[in-house]
Amino acid sequence: MSDTSFVRTEMLAEQDPPPTSVGVIGWLRANLFPNWWNAILTVLCLAAIWYVLSGLLGWTLRSVWTAGSLSECREVMIETWGSTHGHACWGVINDRWLQLLFGFYPPELYYRPILALLLLIAALAPVLFADKVSPRLLYVTAAYPFLMPWLMWGGSIWTPVGVAAGFVVAYLVGRALRGAVAGLVLGILSAIIWWMVWFGFPVQTEVLAAGLGEGLAAISPDTAPFLLETVESRKFGGFMLSVMIGVVAIGCSLPLGILLALGRQSNMLIVKAICVGFIEFIRGVPLITLLFVASTLLNIFLPPGTNFDIILRVMIMVTLFAAAYMAEVIRGGLAGLPTGQYEGADSLGLNYWQAQRLIIMPQALKISIPGIVSTFIGIFKDTTLVSIIALLDPLGLSNSIRADTDWNGIYWELFAFIALLFFIACFGMSRYSMYLERKLKTEND
Amino acid sequence: MAESMHDTMVEREIDRRKMQVSEEVAIQITGMNKWFGMFHVLRDIDLTVHKGERIVICGPSGSGKSTLIRCINRLEEHQAGQIVVEGTELTSDLKNIDKIRSEVGMCFQHFNLFPHLTILENCTLAPIWVRKIPKREAEETAMHFLEKVKIPEQAEKYPGQLSGGQQQRVAIARSLCMRPRIMLFDEPTSALDPEMIKEVLDTMIELAEEGMTMLCVTHEMGFARQVANRVIFMDDGQIVEQNEPEEFFKNPKSDRTKLFLSQILGH
Repeated sequence: MSDTSFVRTEMLAEQDPPPTSVGVIGWLRANLFPNWWNAILTVLCLAAIWYVLSGLLGWTLRSVWTAGSLSECREVMIETWGSTHGHACWGVINDRWLQLLFGFYPPELYYRPILALLLLIAALAPVLFADKVSPRLLYVTAAYPFLMPWLMWGGSIWTPVGVAAGFVVAYLVGRALRGAVAGLVLGILSAIIWWMVWFGFPVQTEVLAAGLGEGLAAISPDTAPFLLETVESRKFGGFMLSVMIGVVAIGCSLPLGILLALGRQSNMLIVKAICVGFIEFIRGVPLITLLFVASTLLNIFLPPGTNFDIILRVMIMVTLFAAAYMAEVIRGGLAGLPTGQYEGADSLGLNYWQAQRLIIMPQALKISIPGIVSTFIGIFKDTTLVSIIALLDPLGLSNSIRADTDWNGIYWELFAFIALLFFIACFGMSRYSMYLERKLKTEND
Repeated sequence: MAESMHDTMVEREIDRRKMQVSEEVAIQITGMNKWFGMFHVLRDIDLTVHKGERIVICGPSGSGKSTLIRCINRLEEHQAGQIVVEGTELTSDLKNIDKIRSEVGMCFQHFNLFPHLTILENCTLAPIWVRKIPKREAEETAMHFLEKVKIPEQAEKYPGQLSGGQQQRVAIARSLCMRPRIMLFDEPTSALDPEMIKEVLDTMIELAEEGMTMLCVTHEMGFARQVANRVIFMDDGQIVEQNEPEEFFKNPKSDRTKLFLSQILGH
């Protein structure tokens, strides 16, 4: 038998790691050249990357920037390099970039979409960076849904004011009748009545003005202050249109998706059935089908003579589509929560909505951030499908630019530019989601 | 009877001055039955809990003891019989349920703290939203109770940063912040490492010394012997035996009780 007893008499001091495992050399060894096989793979990969990049960069950089047409481009290429092969013609972007951004929006009114974009940034800041931005900016966020359509489409300021006032009426009625369900229903009803009165009113302005005098005539649409020149929907286009549809769909689909996910988990059979039916139906149908419904079929169901804006119809359809996917993503997050969280909230006497708002949703949404942002990115890119129903999103515009004899036959440069715009937006969303995940994680553990 | 592993010794003398059972009824359960699907989990439960009572409920797993106390704050719904808590009967009326829940505190085996909120926020959430107490005041109350469970210095941390024993003490403080009249404990020490059980039991003993009405589902027989005024043994969804702790441990009457006690105490 050997002696197994051992007593350490002196504790060991800490030592530096060997130099080959730290620093640049350590990193290179660990990540690129750990053994012969990996070293060969590393060299092959570098060669492949070089091959692709040299071709791509050559095409991008050895290119023509100023030209009024494709043929002019080609002349310059032949003059400079002796061939038209392997050179980009960015002249088309130089010539048409405003159109790719704004569609046929009147150039003298470009300040309005730009202002809307700046306000959008101001409205999003307090939501996205709640810990860094003054919460007072939330007023901009609250006003934005009403300001944006007014800025974009123009018209009387009384339209957004009237719509906003409807929500205020709904809120006040709902608050006065504290009872949950009755307050909700009556609040919505009173808002609808308000809107009917408000928007029914301008039609009868003259009658009313005659009857009630100058006071009311002051708020008739034609004499309203801040009257913006009306821009018709068919002039909307370009990246501006994609951003508009994307922002509305993203902004509305999250709350709608939350409600659908909760409805799907509900104990109330009919609510549950409606939510499941909606989600499964929308997810089972391609977006293009829904867009066709928006562009053609809806007119059949609506009373004749109704002028229901095509962009608004598309926004609604894209929102519903996104909401169905969102609901499933959030349901995944809800499923990831232990039942103990519900029991903890219940045992403290929180009611259903308090528990959802304070305990369940903050955690479920945090779990679902990657899925939510993926859905956002997907839906933003899907906005290009509206070109199918003849809306002039960037892809639709690329067709109409090619229809011009000057630029007939140009493809890659247009697509590359459009891809770049979408990439910047989508990459931004992706990075933000990673930032948010990191932020919420360090706070918790 | 020999002390076992489960039997954490309570070393200090217990102050019994305020541990008085009053005539007033806190919980009245009559003819209560509950089924999980076809499984009859609680059978004809009759139980009257007086104010100031400290009841330990024990029994083999699956005997329905957790389900019984979860029925008292309606985490589980009973299908027959009557439960009256502090004069309010538990029905499907949501207002009554929320009222009872806000007056009955509960601690769970797995603590069920809210991981996205700090310790302080965990403790102030319900007082602010349910009791409508101003934030400042709720924070003062929370700090008071966190001091009582001896972890005021952790107030700004998140639950994930605390040990199991600390988390369970926070959970107790969180319940106390609602100033409950009754406290329910659902195996509060079962998920804890052995060295942390004592700190939680000490907190529960202090609570008992202040005269809190307590119902504890636990296997801590040392706690039962020293703190409880009544021990209830459940098996197969029914109350098999109940008695004062001394008599219960010394002279168990039913065979099932004897078997159970020999299993958890006799090794």
